Amino acid sequence: MNEMTKIAVQTTLKDWETDQEVRWCPGCGDYAILKAVQRTLPELGADPANTVFVSGIGCSSRFPYYIESYGFHTIHGRAPAFATGIKLANPDLDVWLVTGDGDGMSIGGNHTMHILRRNVNVQILLFNNEIYGLTKGQFSPTSREGTNSPTSPLGSVDRPASPCAFALGSGARFIARAYDVSKNLGGVLKAAHRHRGASFVEIFQNCIVYNKDRFDDFVAKGVADQNQLWVEDGQPMLFGSEKSGGIKGIALDIETLSLKVVDVADGDWQAAGVIVHNAKNRAIAHMLVEMPFGPFPMALGVIYDDPRPTYEDTLLGQDAKSREGKDANLAKLLAKGQTWTVSGTAADPV
Amino acid sequence: MATVVDGPDALTGGKDELTPEAVVVRFAGDSGDGMQLTGGQFTLSTALAGNDLATFPDFPAEIRAPQGTLFGVSAFQINFGSTAIDTAGDQPDVLVAMNPAALKTNVGALKAGGLIIADSGEFNKRNLEKAKYDVNPLEDGSLEKWQLLAFDISAMTLQAVKPFGLGNKEALRCKNMWTLGLALWMFDRDRQPLIDWLNAKFKKMPVLAEANIAALNAGHAYGETAELSGPLKQYHIAPAESEPGLYRTVTGAEAISLGLVAGAQLAELPMFFGGYPITPASAILHNLARLKEFGVTTFQAEDEIAAIASAIGASYAGQLGVTSSSGPGIALKGEAMGLAIMTELPLVIINSQRGGPSTGLPTKTEQSDLYQAVYGRNGDAPMPVIASRSAADCFEVAIEACRIAVQYMTPVMILTDGYIANAAEPWKVPDPASFTPFPAKFLAEKNGPDGELLPFARDEKGARPWIKPGTPGLMHRIGGIEKNPGTGNIDYSPASHQTMTDARRDKVDGIAANIPPQDVILGETSGKLAVVGWGSTYGPIHQAVRRARRKGQDVSQIHVRHVWPLPTNLGELLKGYDKVLVPEMNTGQFKTVLRDQYLIDAKPLNKTSGQPFTIAEIEAAIDDALGGHAGGEVDADKTQLPSIKSVNP
Repeated sequence: MNEMTKIAVQTTLKDWETDQEVRWCPGCGDYAILKAVQRTLPELGADPANTVFVSGIGCSSRFPYYIESYGFHTIHGRAPAFATGIKLANPDLDVWLVTGDGDGMSIGGNHTMHILRRNVNVQILLFNNEIYGLTKGQFSPTSREGTNSPTSPLGSVDRPASPCAFALGSGARFIARAYDVSKNLGGVLKAAHRHRGASFVEIFQNCIVYNKDRFDDFVAKGVADQNQLWVEDGQPMLFGSEKSGGIKGIALDIETLSLKVVDVADGDWQAAGVIVHNAKNRAIAHMLVEMPFGPFPMALGVIYDDPRPTYEDTLLGQDAKSREGKDANLAKLLAKGQTWTVSGTAADPV
Repeated sequence: MATVVDGPDALTGGKDELTPEAVVVRFAGDSGDGMQLTGGQFTLSTALAGNDLATFPDFPAEIRAPQGTLFGVSAFQINFGSTAIDTAGDQPDVLVAMNPAALKTNVGALKAGGLIIADSGEFNKRNLEKAKYDVNPLEDGSLEKWQLLAFDISAMTLQAVKPFGLGNKEALRCKNMWTLGLALWMFDRDRQPLIDWLNAKFKKMPVLAEANIAALNAGHAYGETAELSGPLKQYHIAPAESEPGLYRTVTGAEAISLGLVAGAQLAELPMFFGGYPITPASAILHNLARLKEFGVTTFQAEDEIAAIASAIGASYAGQLGVTSSSGPGIALKGEAMGLAIMTELPLVIINSQRGGPSTGLPTKTEQSDLYQAVYGRNGDAPMPVIASRSAADCFEVAIEACRIAVQYMTPVMILTDGYIANAAEPWKVPDPASFTPFPAKFLAEKNGPDGELLPFARDEKGARPWIKPGTPGLMHRIGGIEKNPGTGNIDYSPASHQTMTDARRDKVDGIAANIPPQDVILGETSGKLAVVGWGSTYGPIHQAVRRARRKGQDVSQIHVRHVWPLPTNLGELLKGYDKVLVPEMNTGQFKTVLRDQYLIDAKPLNKTSGQPFTIAEIEAAIDDALGGHAGGEVDADKTQLPSIKSVNP
């Protein structure tokens, strides 16, 4: 949890809207994410004066202009480094970082890795639309194999990267997934904010111009039920419904040390061996984010949440400790080391 | 550095040969022989003896190059004397060669008649082969134009440290202390400060302290007994005349670090330093990492871009952001500098220049990033650039950079180079109270005429207000996209971009009104020839112009600290001379700037061998200029400090 929430500020959604005209394409998934964030911030008791939205470059990175808080639209891929400097200079600021699959996974992959491993206390929202939008539709590092685009007219041959698996591999202590129009997005954002340290949230986002309805195989009405697994700490991993062909669950196949889908009969998930989600279990988190979609549902919600000390607390704490009992006297510092005095014309070694 | 304007040259002008006014000594050995440490300690003892001095550490890019090879030679040159010393000296008077490779790569620079002290114990078949000697140069008469003193330093060191029971390898490591002991005897130096230093350094391993001290004393004793015959003599160099005050030695990297701390204090700001290790800039990060009690936060970033980005983030959040690198790293930071220019945030960027392009010469000096500093960004991206002329000068330059950054809300680049960063010189410790504070101001309430917030409104200097996130009621957005001249909201209309481009240019141009007018260091404000320099060429230019004037030549020295924007009177000043000569360790970059700005026929004198200019090179160019033609290139093969390349192509 960020410190500033100790003093909850009363705001409404309107207080978080700027006077700037929102310039995303009509129907873009970004609108839904913006609204979800603006709706959630008042619920967090966030103070606009103490909130900073930092972004890189891309459609998603225009986000700060539309939030009535402090905002810094930086350069392509480097938002994590700017955010790190901001947090080290003023750890009391509540910093949100908005990035995309190109910005955060491609040009800025290096910085994403380091802000996660250092565990700087910020919320990272990675809008994943599996395409470069602002540069007009080239394939991105998360595009599926065979994506036809202006730069891959024969279909892309690159294997896609998995943002959540990357984040876990980088040492992230909070991993969550949601999608733009999900009613659960606000809850995920709250959990990300509650987590002290770097919170990584991948938000599937519909680019209606260059990658329209790319996520329909799990977000479309009618399939959502059987293709979304919303995990929750302490709850069994269940999905599906009686209407959509039965309740199913995720169980562990001990033989192969991998996950499997099992049918749950009569609500008896224990009998079916369904796993109870433990958000502190890193091994399960790895399995969930690597679950192949198709044979398995898409794992959504808070997949991993196991805090440890933040970078700024540790680094600035170490600095503060090293200052204890030390005299910050500049004149003394300048005259440090072996010195000698010159009086008149002859040197007079001390 | 002493501020005496006139002074004699190395090994001249003394009462007799045993009391010269200045001496140049070069220690050369294998990278593992501890030559930089030997040189550094000799420098300290020289400073304590009251001599003025300048040093030139010259070491290979490899941390531990294969032992005994030509490319593994590490050298340290020191010029010291009883008068003002501005350069590390042209030609050494004394060369200490710890192995054949060190001899081979350095002896060419030694003054005719100079003294070679060689460790004959290292001149074995294997080392001679590695140094590509067919015959032992100590025995074939090839060194006869110099005085040669060859003896088995290795064996004598082993003998001296025998009582301490060290292994052979460890015992031989004391060789540099033996050599230092001899050098201290030669120049009549007190051993005590060094003994104190050894005791402190090896506090946890007293036996090593004792062994090193024994080696030191043995070298010293050797000098005393060997003086009776042969070329070994003791020299006495009187203390230099300096301004009264407290002195210490300082390297450029140290002075920059101290200047940044002072600058942040004068701005009344905490400092944030984001850096990424790179030679020769890392020393600044090392120094500042130990100064936390002065409100310094240091951050070792994942790369050069993250280093500057974090510093800009810290400036945005209200601290004084600083980043530092060297040529290739500065190139990587270019885009982020543009963002700092576009968002008008204060930032100090230090470029310790080295030979380029690309990786170039990581440990050798050059001034070839001037174009990069002044012009090297996308778009019209004006940025002030200040160059320091010596190690000690770095202190004031760093403060000046902080002042301009904070007062004008702009990134500022400091140019130093590998030579300045590593070289040491005496420094008169300044009184912090003698500097004028320039406290940073943060906007506290809305500043528009109708009660609105105008993050890009400008003050009389053209600077926008600094607004700290966390300030109630002043929420706003900034970024790299062109913005409305007042509100800062995205606005890339034609009028807006024109207005903002002009405003950014005018702001930086306007800094010229707030810097001292250009002065003339030596000579008149008009005449036949002005030698115009910037950065670390100050020393050799100064000595060359001084010598030329002593010969009666009409030549003046002008040294430019503010490389961009230039002092307002510089153009008129330069037009008062018939000729303008610009010596630079590049292919003529500042020359181009001067030609462009003032339409004058500035002539270049260029050297890109990775070594500083010698006085003689500039003196010869002055002769040429006054004799008819000016400019040209210094022949690298005639360079007095040979690069490894020139002897081992």
